[in-house]
Formats: sequence, structure tokens, C-alpha cells
Amino acid sequence: MRIDAKGMHYRPMNKMIRDAVAAGEKEFELDNIGGQRYIGGGLNDSVKITINGTPGNDLGAFMNGPRIVINANAQDGIANTMNAGEIIVHGSVGDIIGYGMRGGKLYIKGDAGYRVGIHMKEYKKQVPVIIAGGTAGDFFGEYMAGGIMILLGMNGKSPIVGDYVGTGMHGGVIYIRGKVNPYSLGKEVNCLELNEEDKKLIGSYLKEYCEHFGFDLVEVMSGNFTKLVPLSHRPYGNLYVY
Amino acid sequence: MKCDGLMNPEVSKTSERVHQRIPSGCAISGMMSEEGRRIDGRVIIKSIACMHDRSNGLGGGFAAYGIYPKRKHQYAFHMMYDNVEAKEATEEIFKDIFNVDMDEPIPTHRENGISNPPLLWRYFLEAPENKLEFISERDYVMKMVMRINSEVEGAFVASSGKNMGAFKGVGYPEDIGKFYKLEDYSAYIWTAHGRFPTNTPGWWGGAHPFTLLDWSVVHNGEISSYGINKRYLEMYGYRLELRTDTEVIAYLFDLLVRRHKLPIDKAVMSLASPFWKDIDRMEPEQKKIATAIRQVYGSSLLNGPFSIILGHSRGMIGLNDRIKLRPMTAARKDDMLYMASEESAIREIAPDLDEVWSPRAGTAVIGTLKEEVE
Repeated sequence: MRIDAKGMHYRPMNKMIRDAVAAGEKEFELDNIGGQRYIGGGLNDSVKITINGTPGNDLGAFMNGPRIVINANAQDGIANTMNAGEIIVHGSVGDIIGYGMRGGKLYIKGDAGYRVGIHMKEYKKQVPVIIAGGTAGDFFGEYMAGGIMILLGMNGKSPIVGDYVGTGMHGGVIYIRGKVNPYSLGKEVNCLELNEEDKKLIGSYLKEYCEHFGFDLVEVMSGNFTKLVPLSHRPYGNLYVY
Repeated sequence: MKCDGLMNPEVSKTSERVHQRIPSGCAISGMMSEEGRRIDGRVIIKSIACMHDRSNGLGGGFAAYGIYPKRKHQYAFHMMYDNVEAKEATEEIFKDIFNVDMDEPIPTHRENGISNPPLLWRYFLEAPENKLEFISERDYVMKMVMRINSEVEGAFVASSGKNMGAFKGVGYPEDIGKFYKLEDYSAYIWTAHGRFPTNTPGWWGGAHPFTLLDWSVVHNGEISSYGINKRYLEMYGYRLELRTDTEVIAYLFDLLVRRHKLPIDKAVMSLASPFWKDIDRMEPEQKKIATAIRQVYGSSLLNGPFSIILGHSRGMIGLNDRIKLRPMTAARKDDMLYMASEESAIREIAPDLDEVWSPRAGTAVIGTLKEEVE
């Protein structure tokens, strides 16, 4: 199904998509998108949505299955509390992406904004993954409770990540392709080198990632990665005790 | 409070609406031609309308620079009056304090969505020379703006700069833009605001932009340091009467840049100053400057979440709070500089851009009119 979204409000457009999904439609191409919010929000089926234009905030919120390909930059709040599916952004994204994300993949070719993956979480096989090819702002992985985040810094901009990385982190793992200044790290984070298992793990996701965007996997893997893990699974356990 | 119930007869009805939980935030958008090319108001309306869902109909407004080229040496006062008595009282004062060269109603077009506008009038004024013996012209005009805002019941100055004007009110910004017939104005800088009032009332004088002389500010967020900033400004003769936090930003720029003559980047540093932990790591020279600014201008530090676009006669400045709690995207295309809460609002009016970026927290985006442009 092809929708010309020029001048269309998000409500009728998203209803059109939901109704078509209920009727069995599997593939959507949305043209002339300009700021419409909540695209793919709450959808449970494994449909494919291609977006031409700049989609609005909270794209893929509570999404549970679809694959969304965005041929532009995306804005704030995408993959909010997303449960399953894939979002592939051929550009950069705004702030607060992957907030409370609990499954699925979010692959970004360019930069990510502030507050990426705040309070991401995982449960058994439900492991959310965010990969960004460029840089990210402050509060990367703040209060992270689970999942995997990989930041590649491929565009050479500096610093690769802002301050307060992993502040309050108590689960999950962050891989950053490059050095992170100690003063940029949250107090709850431990900085490690990659072991073979790590390389295998990120290799499998990065292979997929590189295929989407045409990056050279060997070159991506050749970087010096920093691994960040939480020092404790309950950093504030004693905060209100004494 | 001088403005209780003023210019907003629907205050009880609208306040009920405010308490509904609507996921939203204000919208801001700005555009400027660094070559000084003038663009009519339909373009900025289109941009701000793209973010309709960020506001709730309780405030919209625009600032435009370069709109009165034939009277560019006179102060253009855009006035809002609650009633004819307020207009007469203000005009009595104007006769005494200014030379009034011309006055006329601000042209409007009644549209759906705009109800009960105040009386809207504009004046082209000159400051009489005999009044300027012991005071600079702009200090004099600033004082008169403060006097009218605080002393004349039911009268507010919406804008008071040269060759610029603010057009604002209660409604969605796209409706306000049509109401003021912005298609009839051409400007080299436009800023726009769609309001979603949270802590302060939605009334005509409280809509953005907030202005003083050439300064105008549109703002998404809230200034938690309002009390400190207000007391600081009051020491310098500013009177804060508009019951909205954003007012302090316009006056702080007037104080820091016009009166204290700080360069724009240092003024910005005082409003969104670096954290002490970052100052500790600076090179000695930078460290000295940042420390001095924090020490001298501690009371002008803006706390709380904000993204703002400041307009002035020579340029446009975008700024975020120090940890980027509100969104801002900037973009360039040829001589055009754009800033908005959302990238889609820029793409709506400029689909092909040379450059798009998200400014970092506390880092200003500064657009400056080319020097040769008058």
C-alpha cells in the first residue's frame, strides 16, 4: 500500500495503516512524510513500512514486530518502549531514542542525540539492540538495565559520546568504538577491554548493520572498542538505608 | 496583579482544558536570510503549523524584522489594549513622552479560532531630543515601555523596536498568523511560537514572542530561576509584569548585550554557563573567562529546561539549556539559517538543505546579518 502523506494529520494516516494491517496488508510505502507522529506505534504484525520524508516523534512507540525503514533523518523519541521489530534509519536521529526499549533492533546510520537508550531493559531472549554509526550526546545509556548499545563514531567527529555515559547503569552492555574520557563516564560504570565472546557478539550484529548501510565490516571491527558494564546490579540499594 | 482576567475572557474555560493530559510541548521556529532578503509571512506560518500538535491553542505569535523599511528610524510600538479607556490613557502618555508620527489600527482578519482579541494599535514614535539630555535614547524608550506595562491598566506593549514587530495572541499560531495578515509583511528574520502553557496563564500579553526594543524571544520550556533573574533585573529598572518566565530572557539580553556591552557569545555563556566540573578542565585563559562570568553574572544564569530563539535587528540566536532538556534542530541552505523544535518543520519550508544538525546543549547557533546589509 502506498500512501501520499502530504499535508495529512497523523491520526487518519495511522488509522489507515492499522486498518490495512488488520485487513492483511503486509507492505507500506509512505511518501511525503513531514512530521507525522507515532508511525508504526503499537503495531503487532510483521509488516514492512518504508518512509520517505522526515517522520515525527515517537515513531515505533510500543511497536511489536514491524520493520520500518526511514530514508531520511528521524526525530525524537523513536523506539519508545519498543518490544520487537526493526527500525533502520538512513540518517541521524534526535533525542530520547529507545527509551525503555525492551526488544527489537534500532539501527542508525548517522548520529544519535541526547539520552539514547535510557532505561533499556532485557528479559531472557528479549534483548534490545541499538547501533549508531556516528556520535551521541550526553546521558547515553542512563539507568540502563539491559540490552546492547553500540556506538561507532565512524564520521570522525569528536567527542564520540557526551558526558554522563551510563550514569545509574545496572544492566546490559555498551560498546564504544574508541576511547571514552574517564570524566565522561557515570560513577556506576566499569570500563573493560573486549574479549573473544564480545567480538563474536558485536560481530554478528555489526554484520547485519553494515549490510543495511554499506559499511565495511572489517573496517568497523578493526576499531578499538571500549566495553562498558555496570559495576553493580543495584547501585542505589543502600541509598535510603542510612 | 494588574493583568488578572485581562484580555482573556475565556480564562476559566481554557484552564479546564489545560488540566487534560495532552502529550505536548511548545513549538518554536525561526528563519533568517543572512543576505537580508525579505520573505513574506506565509512561509513561517507553514513551518510552525507543521508542529500544530505541540501547542494547544492557548498562544501563538511571531516576530518579524525588516517590516517597516520606510519608517525604520522610528520606534514601532505594537500595543494591546483591553478597552478604549486604556488606549486613551496610553495615548495621553505617548503625547507627553514621544513624538507620535503616525498611528493606526494593526490590520487584522477575523478568522475561526481567534476570539475576543484586544484592541490592537500601532504607533511610529520618536523620542524627543529634550528628553534625552541625561539618558540614552534606548534607555529612555525601555523605561517608557516598563512604565506603560506596569502603570496603565489594561495596556501592554507587544513590541517596541525599530523596523520590527511582534504579532501574538491566544490561538493556534497558524490562526494567529492569518489573523494578523502576515502575508502582507516581508521580513529578513521571522521567529514563531506555538504555545502549550503549563505554569502560567494563556492570555494575549502572555503569548510569545516576548520583546523589548529590538529583542524578541520565543521559548519552549520553563525558567526555574525566574525569581532570581527577576530580582536581578529589577535592580536595573526592569519591571516584570507579564507573568511569564520567558520575559526575563528578553530583558537579560537587553541588559547584558545592549547595556553591559557583552559580546553575544559571552552573554550566552552567562545564561547557559558551563558547569564547574567542565570549567575545571578548561585551558587557563578560558577558565578565567568562564569563572569571571559565573561570578559576575550568577544571577543571570537560566536554570530549567529551555530551547529559545532570540531575534534582534542584526541576527538570530538559538540556544538550549545546559543538558538539552528541550529539542532544537538547526539547518542551512544558501544564505538561509533555520532553527526549529523539529526537523520536519524546517523541511516543510526547505526540503533540500545544505546542512542539518542538532546543536549541543548550552551551545548557541548564531546567525548574523551580512555587514553590508542595511
